[in-house]
Amino acid sequence: MRDELSCIDVCRKWLEEKPEISSRFVRDLLAHIKRIDQDIKAFAFIDERRVTERAAKIEKLPRDKELRGVPVGIKNNICIKGSLTTCCSRMLETFRPVYDAHVIEKLYSEGALVIEGLNMDEFAFGSSCETSCYGPTRNPIDTSRIPGGSSGGAAAAVRAGEVAASIGSDTGGSIRQPASMCGVVGLKPTYGRVSRYGLIAFASSLDQIGPITRNVADSALMLEVLSGYDKRDSTSVKIDVPKYTESLGKDIKGVRIGVPREYFLEGISSGVRRRVEEAIDVLRELGAEIKDVSLPHTKYAVSCYYIIAPAEASSNLARYDGAQYGYRAKNPADMTDMYISSRNEAFGEEVKRRILLGTYSLSSGYYGEYYLKAQKVRTRISEDFHSAFKQCDCLVTPTSPTTAFGIGEKTMSPIEMYLSDIFTIPANLAGIPAMSVPCGIAENDMPVGLQIMAGPFREEVLMKVAHAFERSSGHEEKLRV
Amino acid sequence: MAEYDTVIGLETHVQLSTETKVFCGCRNVFGEKPNSCVCPVCLGHPGTLPVLNKKAFEHAIKVALALDCSVQRVIKFDRKNYYYPDLPKNYQISQYDMPIAYNGIVSIRDGEGNTKNIGVTRAHLEEDAGKLIHDTGGSFSYVDLNRTGTPLLEIVSEPEMNSPDEAYMYLVELKRIVKYLGVSDCNMEEGSLRCDANISLKPGGAEELGSKVEIKNLNSFKAVREAIVYEVLRQKEILDDAGRIAQETRLWDEKKGITVSMRSKEEAQDYRYFPEPDLVPFEVEESLINSIKKDLPELASAKSERFRREYGLPEKDLEILISERETADFFEDTVKIYPAFQHVSNWIKGEMLMHVKEKGKDINSLGVSPEEFAEIIEMSVSGRISALSAKEVLKKTIETGEKPSSIVEKGSMEQLSDTGMLEDIVTRVVSENKKSVNDYRSGKEAALSFLVGQVMRSSKGKANPKVAGEMLRKRIL
Repeated sequence: MRDELSCIDVCRKWLEEKPEISSRFVRDLLAHIKRIDQDIKAFAFIDERRVTERAAKIEKLPRDKELRGVPVGIKNNICIKGSLTTCCSRMLETFRPVYDAHVIEKLYSEGALVIEGLNMDEFAFGSSCETSCYGPTRNPIDTSRIPGGSSGGAAAAVRAGEVAASIGSDTGGSIRQPASMCGVVGLKPTYGRVSRYGLIAFASSLDQIGPITRNVADSALMLEVLSGYDKRDSTSVKIDVPKYTESLGKDIKGVRIGVPREYFLEGISSGVRRRVEEAIDVLRELGAEIKDVSLPHTKYAVSCYYIIAPAEASSNLARYDGAQYGYRAKNPADMTDMYISSRNEAFGEEVKRRILLGTYSLSSGYYGEYYLKAQKVRTRISEDFHSAFKQCDCLVTPTSPTTAFGIGEKTMSPIEMYLSDIFTIPANLAGIPAMSVPCGIAENDMPVGLQIMAGPFREEVLMKVAHAFERSSGHEEKLRV
Repeated sequence: MAEYDTVIGLETHVQLSTETKVFCGCRNVFGEKPNSCVCPVCLGHPGTLPVLNKKAFEHAIKVALALDCSVQRVIKFDRKNYYYPDLPKNYQISQYDMPIAYNGIVSIRDGEGNTKNIGVTRAHLEEDAGKLIHDTGGSFSYVDLNRTGTPLLEIVSEPEMNSPDEAYMYLVELKRIVKYLGVSDCNMEEGSLRCDANISLKPGGAEELGSKVEIKNLNSFKAVREAIVYEVLRQKEILDDAGRIAQETRLWDEKKGITVSMRSKEEAQDYRYFPEPDLVPFEVEESLINSIKKDLPELASAKSERFRREYGLPEKDLEILISERETADFFEDTVKIYPAFQHVSNWIKGEMLMHVKEKGKDINSLGVSPEEFAEIIEMSVSGRISALSAKEVLKKTIETGEKPSSIVEKGSMEQLSDTGMLEDIVTRVVSENKKSVNDYRSGKEAALSFLVGQVMRSSKGKANPKVAGEMLRKRIL
């Protein structure tokens, strides 16, 4: 059952009244985006020409395409043939891929109006969308605050009504944390559910593409479109894609929901705790069986993540050397100088920090102590989830320990910034699907997100629980189009 | 002067001749226009991912089985991180702690003709890098990435060779095995077979190995042998002067015939290996290994044994016939039609391989089928044409592609064995060479050969020399 309030449905209705997508609709849409985005900067840039050209192509598509004409924003680390795909880094400021990412092909084939250029932390390293070389994105609810990150632009654009949905990437919470901070729905699918082909890699074993939407129904629809095996990604999994939209509107009586006690310890703000506890009460009232569970290795997740993710990143980012594409320093003295100067001039502070961290932990003599140990811890964390999912169908936790903080508030203390992802990181380490749904407003008027996690490839459980919660909690934003 | 034991280990890179590259769909070919066989994946463009070519992996298993290696049941890849412009991702996808094959053997014959087994430590699958082209005259170099992503099998030997000759023999045998499998053309000039040598000396009989020196830039089998000879002498001199051997990498300078230092152990790179997250480890099914094993061709050593048994050929013939799989197959195809084993062997060793060498082609590309080859030998052995004519016919067949029988007919090459037709010639030769006739009468055997030669000349090579000799003897004595 699809919700009448679905943003995508509203969009479709709107489009039915304006069948000439390529002319009036696109012109109005771009004007609308530009007007709203002045204060928010959800987009690092807008390529009007390409969006208009795409609209002309969409007009020729059959009317029954699932996303025909629906504006979908794309985080700037997903390759679109011919479009600037910069990871919001000076390093790739002029980079235009020669191919389309798998998810872009999927969106095209369903007729979505792809809009590139959503702002993000440089190379997706960050939790606040402040490290972009295009400057920070602002939270549409309170522009003095960050939108979360790294898919900050993607969450802000959906929240501000600039696009119907957006596509982000999540390595340690980069979809869920900004979704939570902007009061929208963010989904990180199971590792392997959506092809990573064309996603500019941050940490290959953790990265996953997912949708950010206004509500759960749209999330289900988007996941149906994005999912599926892709032979170009060896980590994508060859299993059928269920009709996620069929999980909507289902009763959750008897669904066993675990509440891991390790997610309610220190560091969590009182506002967040209260809203999440209320949300658990709502789920209980809906007939779910609430269980206390333990994920004992949770406390090692952040340390483990900050070994593995930078290690993979240090290798993934090695290709940006000024030789073949991207930024090259002027007049290098020799080859080594070309490497050093190009990377030194074009990478931001946080990128350099993580490359150094990763290079260090992979170095001979340290590998066993750091990387190998982190991999063992990662296995333990996965096992925790595995045994938890024997007793329950899903787990609920806060998405982030706090609501959106102020711009500049944490830029000087990386560790504090890293802790913003303390509750989202474990799902990436375990490869399991996790979703953030709005669960109310804290005392500071900022939204709080409820994170729901399920076993591998059990996204339909997330949809079912999240949708039931959304409908009865009354937290779903009423749409203004 | 002290006595030293030489210890040599070889690292050999074999390019596998698959249709496409190891992690993308680009054609795997040599000699194309620079940067024409590339795609976003092998160019290392952002967002691209590797996908393992199943054929490359099967080829690697073939080699593993042929070298009597254990095959790793879980295939896992790792990243080897280093910066170089011929490596677009600045890491190479390779195998670190779980090579596809380990614990193998290459059997060679040492100087005394005894069999010696050289251990194969491991063989692992990886991607080749591109090529840098210097010597452009400018202040820059060119990068050609066609070779990037070519499947490469690195075969590492145990340090068990004790002389330059043994190292040479190891390479020859390894190349033969790989070529027999048909998984690489092993052409050192084109770089489809490359080799680095590790050399150390230790006091005679000592247990502990000396400091090892790695030698790179060995571009031919000859270079491998010469570089090792040089390096052994160099190290000997240092040790004799009570010096220490620095553990380092040296380059072979072909022109000067010396090795020069490239980098010391301290400058050695830390490759920061870690498991390749873009390729999921997978298990090799027993059934796949078994089916590859079943389809392995007969290798040289087994073939040699069988040829000795079935065809009773001498050692020297065996060596030549089985040196290339194509040659051995050609021999067998020919004797199936005309089972004169020794004759066929002689013809391959002599005439056929001479043409192979002259034309620079392999035996199958000369344009002579085993049927035609058998026919020519048969005509010669039966005496229908002379050996000389037969050689001529073979040459013509190669050059024109014409059928041997028709060449013989057109060129009226059939031998004159008919005594009636030879009578006149013999009579003339006897009357015109009185001195030789007398010599022969007085017991000089050589004189008869001269007279037969005269008959051959008069008959323009068509006379059957045996028949002519018989007729002459009868006439004179």
